Amino acid sequence: MLAPIGLSHYLVLSAILFSIGMFGVLSMRNLIAMVMGLEVMFNAVLLAGVAVARYVAPLPLRVAQTGGEGIAMTLTGQVFGVFIITVAAAEAALALALVLAVYRERETVDATRLDSMKH
Amino acid sequence: MVSGSETSAFFAMVWWTTAVASVVAAWLMVFLRDLLKAAIAMAVVFLAVAGFLVMLNAEFLAVVQVLIYVGAVSILVVFAVLLTRDVFQGNIPHAHQGWVFLLTGVVLFLLAFIVLATPWHLLSASGMDAASRGALVATWVNPTPTLGRLLVREFVLPFEAVSVVLLAALIGALVIARER
Repeated sequence: MLAPIGLSHYLVLSAILFSIGMFGVLSMRNLIAMVMGLEVMFNAVLLAGVAVARYVAPLPLRVAQTGGEGIAMTLTGQVFGVFIITVAAAEAALALALVLAVYRERETVDATRLDSMKH
Repeated sequence: MVSGSETSAFFAMVWWTTAVASVVAAWLMVFLRDLLKAAIAMAVVFLAVAGFLVMLNAEFLAVVQVLIYVGAVSILVVFAVLLTRDVFQGNIPHAHQGWVFLLTGVVLFLLAFIVLATPWHLLSASGMDAASRGALVATWVNPTPTLGRLLVREFVLPFEAVSVVLLAALIGALVIARER
């Protein structure tokens, strides 16, 4: 009844999560809600990267027999997952510190009212 | 790539349950007016993604995901919500939400089209000989030791660079958020 789960399932799900996160970033007025959307976008990219690593074999594995080195390299997607999580953590800390600094300065976190550079 | 439990009906059921949960939670995160509830919904999205990482043989990443996202980032967001006292004003969209909805729909359509139009099966490991396939399965059944070796050998330079980035970002966050 249910089709076997493949790479396309993960990638379409990742695209849906990415779009919802993007909608959150672009349509909200609250800076914290925008940061939350950004984190969901990061998570969607992480999911896509790890899924591709799981289902797609790198070129050396397909053209010829390779030793342990080539097979270890199929985990490159997971290595970059580690990097994505690290960078997202750094981004979250920095973004929320900026939100707090803006709030202390302007008494608001409403993005539509942070328009001093327009005037 | 590795033949396993993907074909079983149970796996498909768990997968679809987690998928629906993640999409519903993400939707709630965007449309709940109360930012604290939205933060809880965001934590549910992170947990669902951690479940998918387990299904993708990335157990180490799943644990790191729970530790960093569910444990740290969600708490950070909740603290930011509490500290900015805009909870009662909440999660209000701005005036151009319709255009953003349209733009996001176009992006989703393009992404889905690209995913479904790409012949991914050409990139599978089906042409491999039996010995390589055996080694591949052995690596993917327990990928964490190999992942650790990769991080300190082939990828040691990006690993160190990203640690410096994290340190700089944390110090920068402290400096920016400090009371003057």
